[in-house]
Amino acid sequence: MVGDTRRGNKLLGFLEERFALSTLLHLAEKKKVPIHRHSVWYYMGGIAAIYLAVQVVTGILLMVYYVPEIQSAHASILKINSQIDFGWFIRSLHSWGANLMIAVVVLHLFSTYFMKAYRRPREFTWLSGLLLLVLCMAFGFTGYLLPWDDVSFFATKIGLDVAAKTPVLGGVIADLLRGGEAISQATISRFFVIHVAVLPICLLGLLGGHLLFVQMHGMSEPDAFKNLPAPKKTYEKFFPNFFFKDILVWILALNVLFVLVMLAPWGIGPEADPFGAAPIGIKPEWYFLSMFQFLKLVPPMIGPIEGELFGILLMGIAALAFAVLPLLDQGQSKSISKLATAYGVIIAIAAIALSVWGALS
Amino acid sequence: MEDNSATKIEEEDKSSQKPEASESHAEADSHWDLDILGEGQVGRGTLMRTAMGGIALLWGGMTLYPIYSYLKPKASDKDEQTKVTSLEVCKVDELPKGSGRNFRFGSTPALVIHTPDGEIHAFKAICTHLGCTVQYRNDKDAIWCACHGGQYDSHSGKNVAGPPPKPLAPLKAEVVNGKIVVSQA
Repeated sequence: MVGDTRRGNKLLGFLEERFALSTLLHLAEKKKVPIHRHSVWYYMGGIAAIYLAVQVVTGILLMVYYVPEIQSAHASILKINSQIDFGWFIRSLHSWGANLMIAVVVLHLFSTYFMKAYRRPREFTWLSGLLLLVLCMAFGFTGYLLPWDDVSFFATKIGLDVAAKTPVLGGVIADLLRGGEAISQATISRFFVIHVAVLPICLLGLLGGHLLFVQMHGMSEPDAFKNLPAPKKTYEKFFPNFFFKDILVWILALNVLFVLVMLAPWGIGPEADPFGAAPIGIKPEWYFLSMFQFLKLVPPMIGPIEGELFGILLMGIAALAFAVLPLLDQGQSKSISKLATAYGVIIAIAAIALSVWGALS
Repeated sequence: MEDNSATKIEEEDKSSQKPEASESHAEADSHWDLDILGEGQVGRGTLMRTAMGGIALLWGGMTLYPIYSYLKPKASDKDEQTKVTSLEVCKVDELPKGSGRNFRFGSTPALVIHTPDGEIHAFKAICTHLGCTVQYRNDKDAIWCACHGGQYDSHSGKNVAGPPPKPLAPLKAEVVNGKIVVSQA
């Protein structure tokens, strides 16, 4: 093995002395992956990671030609799409990749939720994962404005106006993000900086923690597997067995992305006109659709409270419960465990139903 | 974090001093005559911990305030666009009955409508729901917001359907020499 330098492999010896490779390899070999009928969900985090890698690479490439300036932003995307060699390809990878990544992160979220992988000692893996999803959505929201086409303009306008209705700090935060009363150059600059600098730093830090927790605690085992008698539990080694399967899954995931990019390259709408009417049929990205549809259903006034504020508060409470219930469900009581599962099912069904409704209406 | 490590050092200091210097330590403490609240003597450690916490808070505030001020939009940014009190939109012939036109009125989007019965009305085109820009829809003879389906009466700007809580802000529209002139109501 790597640590065995007796056969005189000088290079390996050199590396071993400096990077303690055998320790790392030992760790990788010690890590084992439980084999059961829900094992397939163990791949979700890895798929999210490979899509993230695509976002980083394509994002850096897009920055070479994108101009975060109100007169040039739309034109620079048009140029990327039509004049730069492979520009359409890079941009489509970025846009499709962002959507696939969020889809996979959501699957990852619900699979860990229903497998109850959040139980002691993995509470912080759960919470950091939730924050990572919030970051992904923030990436989506800020990135959506940058091409400066008509839908992106109004999506940002509505998003910030909804945020402004949040009690206490909502107004201040919306103003800081918008950089003035109207969506303008200031907004583009701020969103650009957040999208390419602030969020990536936060994401890297948080993801580092998230992965570190996963390594520290090993793979989570669902109750049904954990309660099996020892001889009946089967595992496979993370390295090389699971690792090579991971690579295979990555190739499949990348192929899905490439097929989508080839069949449906990402387009761009007409340039935003801050004084024109909102385009008919305007809708947010699919991952905001359920919230959009929910807010649409809330009447303008509920008693003395403005409907929007009421809707935001209600969704805030629902989200908070989703984050906190796992901390209470530690496997000590069957009823809490069932409650957590039932709540997850309700949230999942509500989100899917509202999204479909929003997409069709 | 800084606060924590400082506290630790403080405690280590104390414990290392304890065996031989406990007497002088107590004596030193008695010099800190800070019994302002009548709650007994304040130990040096407590004082230092409180001070460290306070300094950390102050330092945080000193750092965050300039950053907040730097990022806060300036009032001058808001008035960047010239204030408009009156504006010629177009000739009446260019806006046939049963149509509307979105235009820029100073720093706000605005809408002028030539209704099917021949009246001309103008409004600020900002939806009172979430601030989208509204438009005139001929098929409904109504002002309509594409974002959440809000509807307003095309004559009065009153909110008639969907989520908007208030009527549209009115502007004054008149025809002068065959041209539509819109001004602040």
